[in-house]
Amino acid sequence: MSDVILSRIAEALTWTGRYVERADATGRILDAYLHRLLEDPWRDEDLACRSLYAILGVDAGDERVDMQQVLDQLAFDAHSTCSIEGALGAARLNARSAREAVSSEMWECLNSTWHALADQRLAARRTGPYAYLELVRRRAALFFGLADSTMSRDDSWRFVVLGRSLERVDMTVRLLSVRVLDAAHAPDWPTLLSASGADEAYARVHSGFGDTPRVAQFLLLDRDFPRSALHALTTAEECLSALGRPRQDPARRPIGRLRTRLEYLDSQALEDQLPLLLSDLQQACMASAEAVEQRFFPHQGPVEWAQEGA
Amino acid sequence: MADIFDAYALADAWDEMFERPGEVRTAYEPVLAALQPIEPSELRFRADQMARAFTDRGVTYAFAGEERPWPLDLVPRILDALEWDLIQRGVSQRVRALEAYLADAYGPARAFEDGVVPWRLLLNSPHFHRAAHGVEPPGGVRIHVAGIDLVRDEAGDFRVLEDNVRVPSGVSYVIENRRAMTRIFPSLFSEQHVVPVDGYAQRLLAALRAAAPDGAQDPRVVVLTPGPSNAAYFEHALLARLMGVQLVEGHDLVCRGNRVWMRTTRGEVPVHVVYRRLDDDFLDPLHFRPDSVIGCPGIMSAALAGHVTLANAVGNGIADDKLLYTYVPDLIRYYLSEEPVLPNVESFRPDEPGQLEAVLDQIDQLVVKPVDGAGGQGIVIGPKADAATLERTRKAVLADPRGFIAQRPVALSTSPTLAGERMAPRHIDLRPFAVNDGNDVWVLPGGLTRVALQEGNLIVNSSQGGGSKDTWVLAEGPAEPPAPAAEGASGLPEVAPRQHGPDGTPTVVQEGAQQQ
Repeated sequence: MSDVILSRIAEALTWTGRYVERADATGRILDAYLHRLLEDPWRDEDLACRSLYAILGVDAGDERVDMQQVLDQLAFDAHSTCSIEGALGAARLNARSAREAVSSEMWECLNSTWHALADQRLAARRTGPYAYLELVRRRAALFFGLADSTMSRDDSWRFVVLGRSLERVDMTVRLLSVRVLDAAHAPDWPTLLSASGADEAYARVHSGFGDTPRVAQFLLLDRDFPRSALHALTTAEECLSALGRPRQDPARRPIGRLRTRLEYLDSQALEDQLPLLLSDLQQACMASAEAVEQRFFPHQGPVEWAQEGA
Repeated sequence: MADIFDAYALADAWDEMFERPGEVRTAYEPVLAALQPIEPSELRFRADQMARAFTDRGVTYAFAGEERPWPLDLVPRILDALEWDLIQRGVSQRVRALEAYLADAYGPARAFEDGVVPWRLLLNSPHFHRAAHGVEPPGGVRIHVAGIDLVRDEAGDFRVLEDNVRVPSGVSYVIENRRAMTRIFPSLFSEQHVVPVDGYAQRLLAALRAAAPDGAQDPRVVVLTPGPSNAAYFEHALLARLMGVQLVEGHDLVCRGNRVWMRTTRGEVPVHVVYRRLDDDFLDPLHFRPDSVIGCPGIMSAALAGHVTLANAVGNGIADDKLLYTYVPDLIRYYLSEEPVLPNVESFRPDEPGQLEAVLDQIDQLVVKPVDGAGGQGIVIGPKADAATLERTRKAVLADPRGFIAQRPVALSTSPTLAGERMAPRHIDLRPFAVNDGNDVWVLPGGLTRVALQEGNLIVNSSQGGGSKDTWVLAEGPAEPPAPAAEGASGLPEVAPRQHGPDGTPTVVQEGAQQQ
């Protein structure tokens, strides 16, 4: 009976995957920035905060911004799905409406996380946000770990993974975009790597030597690192190919194209094309997400039953 | 040492645990022995742990617009094998009689012709749906799931308080209560032989599949919920998950050509059985309330055409009308030629000539209930009501005698319940759940014991702030030894030796691999 999945459930699962990934990535980015800021007292707080806002696509306004404001807006704001709390709340509601499709353990993970956040938020006011951010990271890892170990590799699971992958590409691209497009707000490369959870993996591959082109190459093109754009695109494409039948899949096509382009890109070309590539990546993910929506979860129009009545 | 039962003063009712002060009933001895030495603070700690676990798992209910952990008391309610046998037979008998009544009322109407039940009972019922008339449900089943509310009176006798054969809820809490209790008091379960409750979902699924329309090869069952904002959503999701079927909302379904389909990522898929958890009124805006947006337009026509089975059937409300309740003992005799196993609570029908005056005269000594109230709403307990309430009730009954029944107040039995850090007697009832697959009415061993958490309160519904207890049915004699392992297991199964990592010695398996 698990051969089919309701459109509504598929949509909820995709967004659950997306929102948990978003909370996780946002948590990592905040953590990396906070850490840098503390370790380097000469850094300009206002500037660093602005670069954070830029990454996450939130308007910073004209006033000076400090870390507390960033946290209030990007971590604790329950009303915005761009913040950690908002994203986790939305993930919980989506999982709740798909409770017979996600495993109990996955649902409990999200639900207990949601209940634990309030305490950690209060604690963060006293001792700083680290425990809060760590909780988010751990729970996100737990959630996806549970998805991998308690769900069948059926369409339900594919929608969760698809959502996670698309969000992952988006977040990685956002991180790099700030570096590439707006040098004034640019984070340095170690911050960038640790914000993607990639610092250690990168150090192992490149023996600890870093510069921006190499970091960009790693975060975009590395085949083995799960947060690289190439890896996430490949995963998304695999999910779509297992979900879909049509030859010309409008959901798969845009990301498939990008994937092949990345696969054969050499490092010089990468450097030259970087700005264009990043915006193409973002476009492709958006186009794919829209196509998924149209194909798998078409929204019902207004209810019509006049002719059924007879 | 402080004893949590120190201040336990028996109320003026049958107490489930104590026969007399200090004298515990046999079935409860191990429980008392286990609970008594526990410090109050420790008990409170365990109760808090449990509440937290319920919150994390989402086992909550809505109270005054707030999501609260399901209130489970730590003291179980115990039924011995004899008591359970009686309840089980009585509940099953009741369901069979109500099935017979529904088939009759929507068919030949013999009981009315024969004068067992007056015609007006049927014709005046707001739950009598023409749409259900003449429909012959698959297997003859209209009540796939029933919840029969029982109370225990002052003499310790079980009595039926009301029948719920429309959309009875609460079974998920039976399952969750047991799960929580086995975690909090594991040792108690290993000492006692408590009959398990985890077979419910499989029974339900089997009954629902058996109810599929003829010709459905591999019938697809779904659970239809009003959605996450419904107070019982947790239960709907749990049942769907345990049965492994889809949990659908009205807009996930679409009716075409008198058939029901659900919208999936692989197109529209036919649905054969809908275990619906919404009331008749909301099921189909074409037939019932046109303003309802949670149902599915056209589903009623599909059911009438016999292409989809609705469980429970539409129109069952005529069988759990509280006025009909007063006729159920007669119906048992009439349809089944049996004597009722479980008696009713003594009741009056203001509707009947002569009884109206009797009810009005002694209204201060009776419990007055609206015939189709739910969740304890509108009930007036005469001995506890003030003069103004009594006067209002008197007028209401006089204006609409068909709308009410009156009953002798029953002092529901009490059970020790944790109140603060002490045990105190609190009134309880019991809702056993029955599943009818057309051949057999099976009763889930135990049921939901509800507790009125306020002292002296007789209304136990969770919508009125009530709590619950795990209900243990004790097996007769020692538990059966576990079934032998799968066939062919003549001895111990063959297990490959464990592999070890680099710091261990090379293993047999690794050597074997090298040889190949």
